[in-house]
Amino acid sequence: MDIVRITFLVGAVVLVPAALIAYVLVTDLGVRLLPPRTQPRIRPWLWILPSMLAVTVFLIYPTIATIWLSFLDKAGQTFVGLANYGEVLGDGGVLVSIRNNIFWLVGYTALVLVFGLILAVLADRVPYESAVKSLIFMPMAISFVAASVIWGFMFAYQPPGAPQTGTLNALLNLFHGSPIAWLIDHRTNNAALILVAVWVWTGFAMVITSAALKGIPEELLEAARVDGATELTVFRRIIIPLLAPTLTVIGTTLVIFALKAFDIVYVMTSGNYNTNVMALRMYQEMNNNHNNARASALAVLLLLAIVPVLVFNVRRLRFQEAIR
Amino acid sequence: MAGVVFEHVYKRYSGNVTAIADMNVEIKDKEFMVLVGPSGCGKSTALRMVAGLEEISDGMVKIGERVVNDVAPKDRDIAMVFQSYALYPHMTVYDNLSFGLKLRKTPKAEIDKRVREAARILGLENYLSRKPKALSGGQRQRVALGRAIVRKPQAFLMDEPLSNLDAKLRVQTRVEILKLHKSLQTTFIYVTHDQVEAMTMGDRIVVMKDGLVQQVDTPQTLYHKPVNVFVAGFIGSPAMNFLSARVTGDGRASLKGDGFEIPMEERVLSGAGARRDQDVIVGLRPEDLKDARFPGREGMPRVPAKVEVVESMGSEIFAYITVGGKTLTSRMDPRSEDLQPGQPVQLAVDTDHLHLFDPKTERALVLQGEPARV
Repeated sequence: MDIVRITFLVGAVVLVPAALIAYVLVTDLGVRLLPPRTQPRIRPWLWILPSMLAVTVFLIYPTIATIWLSFLDKAGQTFVGLANYGEVLGDGGVLVSIRNNIFWLVGYTALVLVFGLILAVLADRVPYESAVKSLIFMPMAISFVAASVIWGFMFAYQPPGAPQTGTLNALLNLFHGSPIAWLIDHRTNNAALILVAVWVWTGFAMVITSAALKGIPEELLEAARVDGATELTVFRRIIIPLLAPTLTVIGTTLVIFALKAFDIVYVMTSGNYNTNVMALRMYQEMNNNHNNARASALAVLLLLAIVPVLVFNVRRLRFQEAIR
Repeated sequence: MAGVVFEHVYKRYSGNVTAIADMNVEIKDKEFMVLVGPSGCGKSTALRMVAGLEEISDGMVKIGERVVNDVAPKDRDIAMVFQSYALYPHMTVYDNLSFGLKLRKTPKAEIDKRVREAARILGLENYLSRKPKALSGGQRQRVALGRAIVRKPQAFLMDEPLSNLDAKLRVQTRVEILKLHKSLQTTFIYVTHDQVEAMTMGDRIVVMKDGLVQQVDTPQTLYHKPVNVFVAGFIGSPAMNFLSARVTGDGRASLKGDGFEIPMEERVLSGAGARRDQDVIVGLRPEDLKDARFPGREGMPRVPAKVEVVESMGSEIFAYITVGGKTLTSRMDPRSEDLQPGQPVQLAVDTDHLHLFDPKTERALVLQGEPARV
């Protein structure tokens, strides 16, 4: 059995590149038959054709199919127009998910950016910088599922009086506070979930910000100091504006991630206690309710939410290339 | 407007590295002082200590009457022009110029007046709304100057402000900075590694080497009375020639070295501080080695030499010639154009401008016995 698998694997690793090289060589023979002046215009298109095909099959087609599905009934037979969207948007659970996604969008993005920035600036000023940065970056290497399990221990709750096994509640106990059901209490649970994601991603924001920070010439800061700026003014008027492009890139990445939030909620609360998010709700519609139409409608809504961010990102990229 | 004083200033870095040792320099109010020396001599560090960007390990720096050792850069009322210009890339030229004034809460109308005036002086009026990226190197340099001018500071500090400009622009800007100094009537402290800049710009020059001040004086004095071999060799282009020799002779004295003997008048020799039977380093400026074939040089001592390379500059000729295995530079007039490499030549030595140094201490013999003066 294993032999078959290994053969298949090796075959894939060796044969796919071989096939691509053969494709390039063979098509190039064809291109050479064309008049010399048209050759440079045809060649690039032939080279990107395989990836264009892959993108079409694996991205464009599913997107169109999903949009189409969202206009059909549950069985996928009859066209029902916007009925699925009406149902979805009339559902209290979905509205809670949308609200929670907005929490994620704002809270998660802002906290990761702010913590990343603060840590990058602080780390820049200590001699043991790389050690600190490695430590803070480490959660990035952990999957969200594992991070959720770890934080499950942090948030664990026992009724008052019982020994508290969760770290946070044990601490509360130490100061004679009554334990909090972090993941169940409506006042804390969304924040608790977002905190886990913040813990994982802060290191990423810090590393990128730190690199951009080091790209700011020291003389610029010195010039500002001589010009009469306090350290705070230097930070506000020089460092922040110069970091802005970097912070925007990180920010948009985080926004997209916040809209896609799934794993942490799935593992820690399964979306119960008013912690559900759109992506998880979509999964539940598909897997638990077997309603592909509504799941598709949710997917399309998520896609619509992400498109502006994507457009912004691409524009930003073009702008930066233009001013370079 | 104020003078700047260094009193026994030291700069030490961790690990016992001394960047500056016992610096004592008094820069007068409205003076154009140049700090010059090879890279790593401590000149930039000294400037940065005046700006407050570098801590003072020991001693005192005064701006005017005020000791500024513990005063933050923003409160020192000085302006600085950096080598890289350090313009704020996200601000327009106008904002770059007005940034310092805004931070000092200058009234808006006053800011506008000063910015426009500085822009007029520097020819930047048409560029006020541009970002630094859209300016040429020379324009950026002028924005950096303008940023200093609008502040009307106690002193201008300039850290190699011309080294990123091309040769032609550098000469132009040199003149502009001098004009600026004249019209602003403010103390300028100017750091450069280029002795030509130092000689042409400074009212006085501080020559530094390895963190030690070698000599502080006017350009002319540095040129004609260098205190040691380093200053003698650093100031002047092409550099001074050095030869090892011994003061010899019964009766008539002479300087005798490998491949040459220069008879000397007793008067000149003792004027240069030399005694009989003493080893010396002889310093000869290129212009004091002349082609002996031409009139007016009959009385000068002769040294036989061989031409190696001839560089014609048009108005003058630099001849590289060997005397006793050492290559010397001679600055000749265009009459010597016919000199060919490999050809023997008689040099006439103008002994009136001869410099003699102690081979051990490398100090000028005339100063021997005097305390080291800085």
